[in-house]
Amino acid sequence: MEYGLDKRSNALKIFNTTFIIVWLLVACFPFIWTFWGSFKVRADFFSRADWWYAITAFNTLLETGGKFTTDAYSQAWTEGEFWKASRNTVIVTFFVVTISLFLGTLGAYALSRSTRNYAFWILIAALIFRAMPHITLVSGYLFPFFQLQIWGILPTTIVVLVAINQPFTLWLLYSFFKTVPKELDESALIDGCSYFQAFRHIIMPVMWPGVITAGLFSLMLAYNDFTVTALLLNQENHTMVPKIQSYLGTNQHEGNLMWAVSAVVSATAPLFMLVMFFQRQVISGLTAGAVKG
Amino acid sequence: MPNKTFFWFFLPTGLAMILFIGLPIISTGIQSFYAQHDQVVKEVKKCDPFGCTVSIVVDQEKTSKIREEKPLGKFNGFGTYVDRNHLAIEEIGKFWNETNSFGEFVDQVTNLPFYKALIFTLTYCLFVTPNVLLLGFIIALSLNAVTRRIRGPLIFGTILPMIVTPLVGSLVLFWMIDAEGIIGANLQMLMDDPYLSLKSSKTLTWITIIIYGIWHHSPFAFVVFYAALQTVPQEPVEAAIIDGASRWQRVRHIVLPHIYPVVTFVALISLMDNFRVFEPIIGFSAEGSAQSLSWLIYDNLVNEEVILFGSAAATSMMTIVGIAILLAPVLIRTWKEFRTAR
Repeated sequence: MEYGLDKRSNALKIFNTTFIIVWLLVACFPFIWTFWGSFKVRADFFSRADWWYAITAFNTLLETGGKFTTDAYSQAWTEGEFWKASRNTVIVTFFVVTISLFLGTLGAYALSRSTRNYAFWILIAALIFRAMPHITLVSGYLFPFFQLQIWGILPTTIVVLVAINQPFTLWLLYSFFKTVPKELDESALIDGCSYFQAFRHIIMPVMWPGVITAGLFSLMLAYNDFTVTALLLNQENHTMVPKIQSYLGTNQHEGNLMWAVSAVVSATAPLFMLVMFFQRQVISGLTAGAVKG
Repeated sequence: MPNKTFFWFFLPTGLAMILFIGLPIISTGIQSFYAQHDQVVKEVKKCDPFGCTVSIVVDQEKTSKIREEKPLGKFNGFGTYVDRNHLAIEEIGKFWNETNSFGEFVDQVTNLPFYKALIFTLTYCLFVTPNVLLLGFIIALSLNAVTRRIRGPLIFGTILPMIVTPLVGSLVLFWMIDAEGIIGANLQMLMDDPYLSLKSSKTLTWITIIIYGIWHHSPFAFVVFYAALQTVPQEPVEAAIIDGASRWQRVRHIVLPHIYPVVTFVALISLMDNFRVFEPIIGFSAEGSAQSLSWLIYDNLVNEEVILFGSAAATSMMTIVGIAILLAPVLIRTWKEFRTAR
């Protein structure tokens, strides 16, 4: 929004620029600092003597002979079995995204094309489900899952995450489907298509932006989840986030805190790259429900 | 769309939600009425030349047998809800009679685990939500004034705190703020207090977690407000400039009313998210001085000896009641709008 009539005073311009720079520093510096520190040894990044060591790499030089070291990474990925955790994360994320989108597009399409009262009530129920703290749901799962002996394995967690994700996916895709004109599928129906054929061949091809946005959010939910994965998976099947927490628990061991630091960087980097690539979709997704609806 | 077609389209997602969101809530409700079995004890008579002593020991065999037979535990009714770790009705009555001043009474009550957690959760919501709205709005206004060409990277930098998981976000901050980190160490130097650290002070811990909350949630408010700002119509703004309205007056009387519905949406979503605050407590290892309702449930569920299903479920049910109270005004408003729309 650049107003032709609007002249900004210099003071305001300076204030604005300063504010943005300060905010960006607050928002980004912690990540830059952690990334930098992950290539140091523990005595430098968590220095008891002098925090300046983190920059001069005093102990890193002493211990490894170089200013930067990738020891924390190689140890966490091999000894710390972070490779297993990241493999589990990839499996969980892939299936959660695929199943969520499959169920979500079907359901949201039906909701957007129904004119009955119950469609409205289903959306309200989904909103209430969206508000449930995940930990309260987990406290409901644990006991039945123990009894059915399906606790601890990846498929259970995938199904649970899909279900938890549905309310948000439904709302998001619903607002996207609403923007696709009804005449499009109605003409297909008149031409003799079934609802499913119209959905599959007419509507889905124009829905890709919405599907990508919904997919990104499912991905972020599955990738970032801690509550469900920490409590529903056994040690062996832990994904990345609970794995990072487990490195914190064994604090006494010298290397482990640096494992956590390098694991945090390893887990965050792909996410940042993804968001950098799909920034437009993330923002349109966050605002779809708010601005259009 | 005919009912039958709707049914088949909606069946998979509906089934997933009923099975894994609806049923668990019911299961939580049932579990909250049960408590884990007491250990079965037996008397053992031990005799030695000096006489016989009777000691009471746990009968491991019987205990595990009864636990296997009735895994849900023994029926406890509302017992768990009113016990010391939850609503603590009895204890409160006792405190009321025994304490001399009201301040002392409040002090005693807020030391009970449930009330302690409730107060932290509410304080967190109360401080984080308005500040998130304010900061998000200011960032949106500022970025909106920047040249379009460089906005992309600036937006990317702004939304970083939001896209990382809360555990990672709080860890990254914790490592800086901790006594051995860059900010913590400098604060110690600045204040000239070598024992100043996050863990030593309850107030400091609370402030840190609240600041973390604002840092983590503001980008969401920013994104929504930023998008809403793009839809503000130009004509009234230009008319206001010609009429000599100041920048503040324009924001107050044109921009704010236009984006008002979005503000309520952001407030609602962040209130819901803040009410379930939990991961930062683990990230900052702040269990000692800050506990939230969600953390209490988690703590019961990871209990070493025996998982306290009943206790966790009772806290869960009360958390759900809390969420219902938060959501009630919105639901009532939606219902009224829906009725008038028909």
